[in-house]
Amino acid sequence: MPDQPLAIEVSHLVKTYAGVTAVADISFTVARGEIIGFLGPNGAGKSTTMRILTGYLPATSGSVHICGLSVATQPDDIKRKIGYMPENNPLPEDMRVSEYLYFRGRLKEVTRRKLGPRIDEVLELCDLKRVRHKIIGQLSKGYRQRVGIAEAILAEPPVIIMDEPTIGLDPHQILIVRDLIASLRGRMTVIISSHILPEIEMTCDRVLIINQGRVVAQGTPADLRREILGQSTYELEVAGDLAALPASLAAVEPTLAITTAGEPDPAGFRRLTLTTERAEELGEPLLRTLLAQNLRVRSLSRTHSTLEDVFLAATRRSWDAVAAPKSAAK
Amino acid sequence: MKHYFTLLSHEVRMLLVNPSTYIAAVMFLGVMGFMFTGILDSYSKTPQDTSPAHVFFSIFWFPVLFIVPLLTMKCLAEERRLGTIETLLTTPVTTTEVVLAKYSAAYLLYVSLWGSTAGFFFILKKFAGDSRFLDPGPLVGGYLFVAVSGLLFIAVGVFASSLSRNQAVAGILCFAMLAGLIVGVRFLSDASWLSRDLLAPLKSAVDYAQIFSHYEDFTRGVIDTRQVLFYLSGTVLALIFSILGVEVKLLHS
Repeated sequence: MPDQPLAIEVSHLVKTYAGVTAVADISFTVARGEIIGFLGPNGAGKSTTMRILTGYLPATSGSVHICGLSVATQPDDIKRKIGYMPENNPLPEDMRVSEYLYFRGRLKEVTRRKLGPRIDEVLELCDLKRVRHKIIGQLSKGYRQRVGIAEAILAEPPVIIMDEPTIGLDPHQILIVRDLIASLRGRMTVIISSHILPEIEMTCDRVLIINQGRVVAQGTPADLRREILGQSTYELEVAGDLAALPASLAAVEPTLAITTAGEPDPAGFRRLTLTTERAEELGEPLLRTLLAQNLRVRSLSRTHSTLEDVFLAATRRSWDAVAAPKSAAK
Repeated sequence: MKHYFTLLSHEVRMLLVNPSTYIAAVMFLGVMGFMFTGILDSYSKTPQDTSPAHVFFSIFWFPVLFIVPLLTMKCLAEERRLGTIETLLTTPVTTTEVVLAKYSAAYLLYVSLWGSTAGFFFILKKFAGDSRFLDPGPLVGGYLFVAVSGLLFIAVGVFASSLSRNQAVAGILCFAMLAGLIVGVRFLSDASWLSRDLLAPLKSAVDYAQIFSHYEDFTRGVIDTRQVLFYLSGTVLALIFSILGVEVKLLHS
């Protein structure tokens, strides 16, 4: 689609600080209207990547294009297309909320006539109406965070980059922010980074896991789960003779195997964990097999691995990959 | 320069709501008023050759050394410490606009502080009723000197502020640079080793940068374009270095 360039296109991005490689050869693309989540442990290079995307930091090598424009050669045009909320959300202490938004709106070249109604709109969206005349330095963390978000969406830029927008918010406020980000879906391209994994899973269309400056996994949360963990897990509680169970399980599905078996509780039920490489639902045939063997079944459930498991597995995998050549060299 | 006036009005507004501005103003006017009464006191005891305005402006270095670091140390250092420089520079503004707006706001405050000392002379005129005390030459020359030299002093302060994220460090750095510029150059011109023939070019350069002799010329009504050029070129240089200072810190942040 030549008339509809990708919102963000990053290829072979490298950033080194005084010999330390913060970002090592990252490439990814984001389509228009997509919400993408950046995940990674501390020091993985998330903030550095975001800063390079905004044109605040220059890249050591590689290229970044936003809405078809190069960040390195057209930084002024890029800055008109981005709403950015940095890490820790720095705000001036001694300004009022509405004053601050007005000042920022003017800097972002929103015309005076449009700015007034737009400020009212973002204050409403971010639930800040009550504090609009308060001094920012006196606001609580949750309010400050929302002032930062309001500021990022103020000029209605096509691309919004937020570095940990939900940090320090209470569950109710996280819900507001999540709805807010979801309401931008389709209209604006959003990149958010977060440590709160369920948060990312719920709001983002796609997840990018970064570790040690490299992209270790990317895709939709469901894809990642399949790709990284590669198996489904079932948990069941049964009572009876389990001697013939493995053979009959193999009849249901060859890869199905018992991984752990607990001790029987006073009622005689044991907790079993089964894993399989098949992605399809095996609950019904499994249950039928168990009943055919005259086993008493108290519960059967398929455990849904969370993004947390995926994240831990993906980052562990990349650490192993980094550590392996070193230990091989010894 | 599209955003310059937005930034400038923001900076001026921030100065006006900030208590430290008023503290600086009160201290400045207190010290200057104290000195002015001291001068008048000595005039009332013995008749003097020069007008009070001449003596009053000749101690310009004292308030400059204290008030300029106080006014400028905050401007860029604070933005960096809070991290607001990051939000500022990711909008379509350039570093040049940011530095110029901060510089202009500090300069406006500096000039208006000095401008308020005109009240001393007004009071003197009103109550002494003696026009001898108010020789317009040194008075206008003195204010003109303060306005022109302030361009350079404030630019040096902005430069110092661009070098550190710590306000105290920026303030002390500014004090040291101004002291070197005003007092240090004066000591240097008195040094005997500089009067050797071999060092004649250096000697003439030091004489050219003598801020005290510029002051003498201004109050005598001599406005030498070379001296004005000295301040203007120094200002431009210091501001260019401040812009570079901010950008270099970004590259290595």
